[in-house]
Amino acid sequence: MDLNFTPEDEAFREEVRAFLKEKLPARLSDKVRTGKHLTKQDMEEWHAILNERGWLAPHWPEKHGGTGWSVTQRFIFEVETAMAHSPRVVPFGLSMLAPVLIKYGSEAQKDHWLPRILDGTDWWCQGYSEPGAGSDLASLKTQAVREGDHYIVNGQKTWTTLGQFADHIFCLVRTDNSGKKQEGISFLLIDMATPGIEVRPIRLLDGDAEVNEVFFTDVKVPVENLVGEENKGWTYAKYLLTYERTNIAGVGMSMAAFEQLKEVAQRQTRNGKPLAENPMFAARMAKLEIDLENMKTTNLRVLYEAGQGKAPMAESSMLKIRGTEIRQEISDLMRRAAGRYAQPFIGEALEEGFNGEPVGPAFAAPVSAQYFNYRKLSIFGGSNEVQREIISKSILEL
Amino acid sequence: MDFSLGQDRQMLVDSLGRYLSANFDFSTREKALVSAEGFSRDMWAGLAELGVIGALFTEDAGGYGGGAFDIGAVFGEIGRAIALGPFLGTLMAGRVLQAAGETDVIESLISGETIVTFAHEPAIDGEGVMADPASTTRAGEGWTVSGAKGVVPYLAGADVILVTAETDGGLSTFLVERGADGVTVSDYPLVDGGSAGELTMKDAPARLIGEAGAAQDAIDDAIAAGLVALSWEAVAVMDVLRASTLDYMKTRKQFGIPIGKFQALQHRMATVALEIEQARSAAINAAAMLHEDPVKRDRAASAAKYTVGKTGVLAAEEALQLHGGIGMTWELPLSHYAKRMIMIGSELGGEDEHLERFIALGQKAA
Repeated sequence: MDLNFTPEDEAFREEVRAFLKEKLPARLSDKVRTGKHLTKQDMEEWHAILNERGWLAPHWPEKHGGTGWSVTQRFIFEVETAMAHSPRVVPFGLSMLAPVLIKYGSEAQKDHWLPRILDGTDWWCQGYSEPGAGSDLASLKTQAVREGDHYIVNGQKTWTTLGQFADHIFCLVRTDNSGKKQEGISFLLIDMATPGIEVRPIRLLDGDAEVNEVFFTDVKVPVENLVGEENKGWTYAKYLLTYERTNIAGVGMSMAAFEQLKEVAQRQTRNGKPLAENPMFAARMAKLEIDLENMKTTNLRVLYEAGQGKAPMAESSMLKIRGTEIRQEISDLMRRAAGRYAQPFIGEALEEGFNGEPVGPAFAAPVSAQYFNYRKLSIFGGSNEVQREIISKSILEL
Repeated sequence: MDFSLGQDRQMLVDSLGRYLSANFDFSTREKALVSAEGFSRDMWAGLAELGVIGALFTEDAGGYGGGAFDIGAVFGEIGRAIALGPFLGTLMAGRVLQAAGETDVIESLISGETIVTFAHEPAIDGEGVMADPASTTRAGEGWTVSGAKGVVPYLAGADVILVTAETDGGLSTFLVERGADGVTVSDYPLVDGGSAGELTMKDAPARLIGEAGAAQDAIDDAIAAGLVALSWEAVAVMDVLRASTLDYMKTRKQFGIPIGKFQALQHRMATVALEIEQARSAAINAAAMLHEDPVKRDRAASAAKYTVGKTGVLAAEEALQLHGGIGMTWELPLSHYAKRMIMIGSELGGEDEHLERFIALGQKAA
């Protein structure tokens, strides 16, 4: 066994660091570090910078614009970009739709859609959940009926993240009601500009509206926008979810957030002593740090297995559960570190160029909003309870 | 990056695993439990012949391993079989002897001819008073040691004892013959099998190992190696607890269906499985850091001992709970794995102590 990175990997790390030093705009990393809201333009700007270097889609096959990196290099890239407070790459087109198109799409679909994802022509969102289909996703009801060379889509999707920015949506729709509910689902690509689509924002408990409801009324979708075969969409959906979950572990983001927590714990005091020396706080931080160190190695073990040609299946559920729990615990400790200054709710303070009078310690402004926002982590991407079902069925064979 | 054990180590693991399953079944273990020394000398000789003890020491010292992952691999198999024997004392005393260049003694450990144990922590008396650290006096060319050590593993079966004691310049290590004048041993069986004892030394003749007053580093290294060993052993015990419990959940029926079909139990086992993978990572981290600088080494070792302590309790308690009444019986091997798991928490410090140590070392590093 050898947990050291090879000299080639270390050289790669230096290359990534040099790139970030040169190309990551301080304006963006400052916003990420201080928990400010990113605009659509911010996200597009970062995508374009990565795309220019050819690093926007590391996990794609090289012929479609991937980097050909090893799993270890991908891990290093994830950690380094997070530690440098880069904006997160928006996953919907790059990490969710693209792998499905690459595996199941037609050549024409790949040729048409993949370059447009890379160059930012299209912004995708995900049409999976419905009001009656959350964890039990297969009971979705949004219907697509074939009429000539179109499908007519009627129904409603919800929790559509960043749908307000999107011009396209990939949807799971019901094309057959006759058999098992998993067997009548198809995977459709829909242009949001099509008549009959309405997007309504949902304001969340942190005050922000990053998710939406999307309504479909007699929406005409050309049949060439069907991915793979009709009624085989569930297979593609599951494939996509496995991809989504390895991204969800977020070890790099946790490492960056933990560094911030450590700094805060040195500065903030309780009973006249830094929080880092407070027995209760230090114990929680130490447990968290140990869990994170263990998680890093668990993640590397899963990547190592994947590199040996074994597909990451149910293990990604373990990464999802623990990865999200760790991120939630960090946000909880940040909130507690702020003490009474976790209370002020000043929305403008989370926008770029806020010139108002700062209230309390500088780090405190976003902590409560982030804490509440991060409750989503254990809910989305298959709730952590659904992940336990997957572990129990696939790994434990119960 | 490489998470495979490597071919040589894998071969050692396979042959050790085969040996233990052929020679150390449950009834053999039962016999060893009630024997005077708490382990089988025949098995110890067999293991020595197989080269298991040699794997714990470096080539320079006459062994053929001695790396952190060699130690981990051996103790993993010990855990899988909950094998009884002076493994930990041999490792820890052997590390000190190895650091001091005592190759003759190591050679006799590797061959199985000599059995050693490691006596570091002071005894505690009936009033709860902890004995002072053992003291020393010069006796001509040699030394004598006086003091009391508590819960010394496999004391009754040991030929020699590696003792830590105060000298003028600091801590030193000595080799004391168990049968020497002034040595009194009071031994007893342990809750999870095997034996230990209280050691009293009164002007017992002792041979200095290494330099006088300069043993702290070697002792710290021995403790770190011991923590790596226990962490790997613990993860293997957890693997058995998990596998046995899953088997039981698939066969035991209540309310007309296997209890493994109940979602409440499935989710609990999913959590156990996840925590065990985290514990495995912690044990790997500790091994990877064993040869790093002391603060990093000890921090990773404490992180691992904390993790296996916490997770071990979860795995053992869930295994017993999900087995129901049958898990409470002596007859079921699982109950002995649960006992071993919990008792590992009492060896070389429990999870709370190691969390404290992890915090203190972090402040030192900052």
